[in-house]
Amino acid sequence: MRTAEPIIRLESLEKRYALGGESEVRALAGVNLIVNPGSYVAIMGPSGSGKSTMLNLIGCLDRPTSGRYFLGGTDVSQMPDDELSEARGSRIGFIFQSYNLIAQLTVIENIQVPLLYQGKDVRAYHDHCAKLAETVGLGNRLHHRPNQLSGGQQQRVAIARSLVNDPLLMLADEPTGNLDTRTGLEVLELIDRLNALGKTIVLVTHDERIATRAHRVVHMRDGLIEREVVNRAEPDAGGGQIATPA
Amino acid sequence: MNPLNLQFVSTMRLGVKSLMLHKLRSALTMLGIIFGVCSVISMLAIGEGASYEAQEAIKKLGSQNIILRSVKPPDEAALSGLGRNMAMEYGLTYDDGARVQKTIPGVVRVLPVRIIREDVNFSRNSIPCQVIATWPSYTEITGVDVLTGRFLSETDELTHDNVCVLTVGLARRLFPYQDPLTQSVKITSFYFRVVGLIQEKNMPEQRTQAGKMEGEALDNNVYIPLSTARSRFGDVIVRRTSSSMEIERVELHQLTIQMRDVAAVESAEPQIKTLLSHFHNKIDYETIVPLQLLRQAEQTKRIFNIVLGSIAAISLLVGGIGIMNIMLATVTERTREIGVRRALGAKRRHITMQFLVETVVLSVGGGLIGVAVGVLVPIVVSQLTTMRTIVTLWSVLVAFGISGAVGIIFGIYPAKAAAKLDPIEALRHE
Repeated sequence: MRTAEPIIRLESLEKRYALGGESEVRALAGVNLIVNPGSYVAIMGPSGSGKSTMLNLIGCLDRPTSGRYFLGGTDVSQMPDDELSEARGSRIGFIFQSYNLIAQLTVIENIQVPLLYQGKDVRAYHDHCAKLAETVGLGNRLHHRPNQLSGGQQQRVAIARSLVNDPLLMLADEPTGNLDTRTGLEVLELIDRLNALGKTIVLVTHDERIATRAHRVVHMRDGLIEREVVNRAEPDAGGGQIATPA
Repeated sequence: MNPLNLQFVSTMRLGVKSLMLHKLRSALTMLGIIFGVCSVISMLAIGEGASYEAQEAIKKLGSQNIILRSVKPPDEAALSGLGRNMAMEYGLTYDDGARVQKTIPGVVRVLPVRIIREDVNFSRNSIPCQVIATWPSYTEITGVDVLTGRFLSETDELTHDNVCVLTVGLARRLFPYQDPLTQSVKITSFYFRVVGLIQEKNMPEQRTQAGKMEGEALDNNVYIPLSTARSRFGDVIVRRTSSSMEIERVELHQLTIQMRDVAAVESAEPQIKTLLSHFHNKIDYETIVPLQLLRQAEQTKRIFNIVLGSIAAISLLVGGIGIMNIMLATVTERTREIGVRRALGAKRRHITMQFLVETVVLSVGGGLIGVAVGVLVPIVVSQLTTMRTIVTLWSVLVAFGISGAVGIIFGIYPAKAAAKLDPIEALRHE
């Protein structure tokens, strides 16, 4: 058995949406999943499979209807709104398909945004942020605006931003969906490198080739985990713990 | 700096940055507040100036005084055609003055004034004037600056002396080259030695009483002792016009009653009216109580200020609605950004603050510019017209305060709306 607490532990997680009247949709129908520190997990599935819902729940953007979600050992499944915000800001780094940088801010200011909401003195972290920009290869673009950058560069700023609070988990939603193959590859290599440095990564994708980069691929269908495929051994985990499909 | 301050500063900087992204839009939104604040300040300044002038004029009459004036009774005026050469008798009498002095409690003194319209002659100069026959206490009650020589004295009054005091303007016209104090002027057939030159501090109220002719200089006044006037000119005034002759018999044109204090004024006024009504069988006098006029003027000013203030406040309100409208549009436009910020750890209150700061920057910025313009407008108005304007500190503070309040009040709804957005929905927003 592992001694370290898993980063993500989902216990029979359910999410139901009311559709008005009596009918409701079970977007997630009781999912169990464990993601250990340092692992790289890809989530795949057709639209309507519940992967977006799961991503929202893992990202603390939403609360499950039932079941429990432990993020780094803390039950976040029924946290009030402010605490969820806190959890998102301090423990999760988001990487979106459309980068989602804030247009009126420069590269370094965008990287600093999550610090702001943690009540940290932005100036004290200037060097830290500059170093992150360096890490993603944008050390010389600190004072550019997002609209002066290419898509690939913007996504790399977003990755730097996701790292600024040193999160437990990086959550990437189709990070290369808006990029051409070559720049997409660069971004994926950057993610690989971060994983190699010990970052835990959960990535949602349609693309089988991208999924193969992960240690493990979770396939979803109809609100359940259909199957899990292990591509390669998770670090330090002896093959990892695979949650049994519900 | 503590983290709270820091967060505020960065929120502030961010707000300004977001506003600068849409310069024209922000400027137009501010314009509503600018006009609002500007109109509050300048309207109140103009109102304040107008009422100040009115109040000053009334104060000059003396708030301790009660003024009685002879008025030609209206029925008598209509009948005047009857006896063309019959003298019309009306107005205040010497006895009235003495009775008031003796019977009304709290009277300090009574100043009788008689006004005769006559030409004043020196050498070949002849100038139509008001000959004001009065007592030496005139200087103390109405306020007169003696420039050279002296005013009328008690001795002049006792001895019925032919002395006179001239207003400085009249003296300049009568004696272009001579020293007035060495000269005498001729009124009708009498010579009066000039003993002093004065400057009236106030607009002489008597002017409206006797100055019936248009187009003459306003400060052509000659002051002579009352006793002298009575013995030289009598009580009958003959006024010749081109076709007719009017003969009036009026003893006094005005009685200024100085009371002990302001409190005595109010109680004395009805008593004086009652007293006079016993001796006048028609209303041939009017009572002017400057204190009451002052109160009325203050009341009028209050109403005026309320009306102006409300109009201006409405324009501020409209400005506020403009801000709210724009902010609601901004929230919709920036839904995605709100979602991103929420995902990056922003709590609802962070989002509320962010948008609230933007509206407050708009309204307070507009307020500051409005104050600057609002202070400038009255100055320009006073320069271009003769209107007096007074920018009061409180109007500036009120206008600025309201603009800030408008920003907060009209900012809260859009900011709350922004904070209420579901982060997932907001992130999905295109």
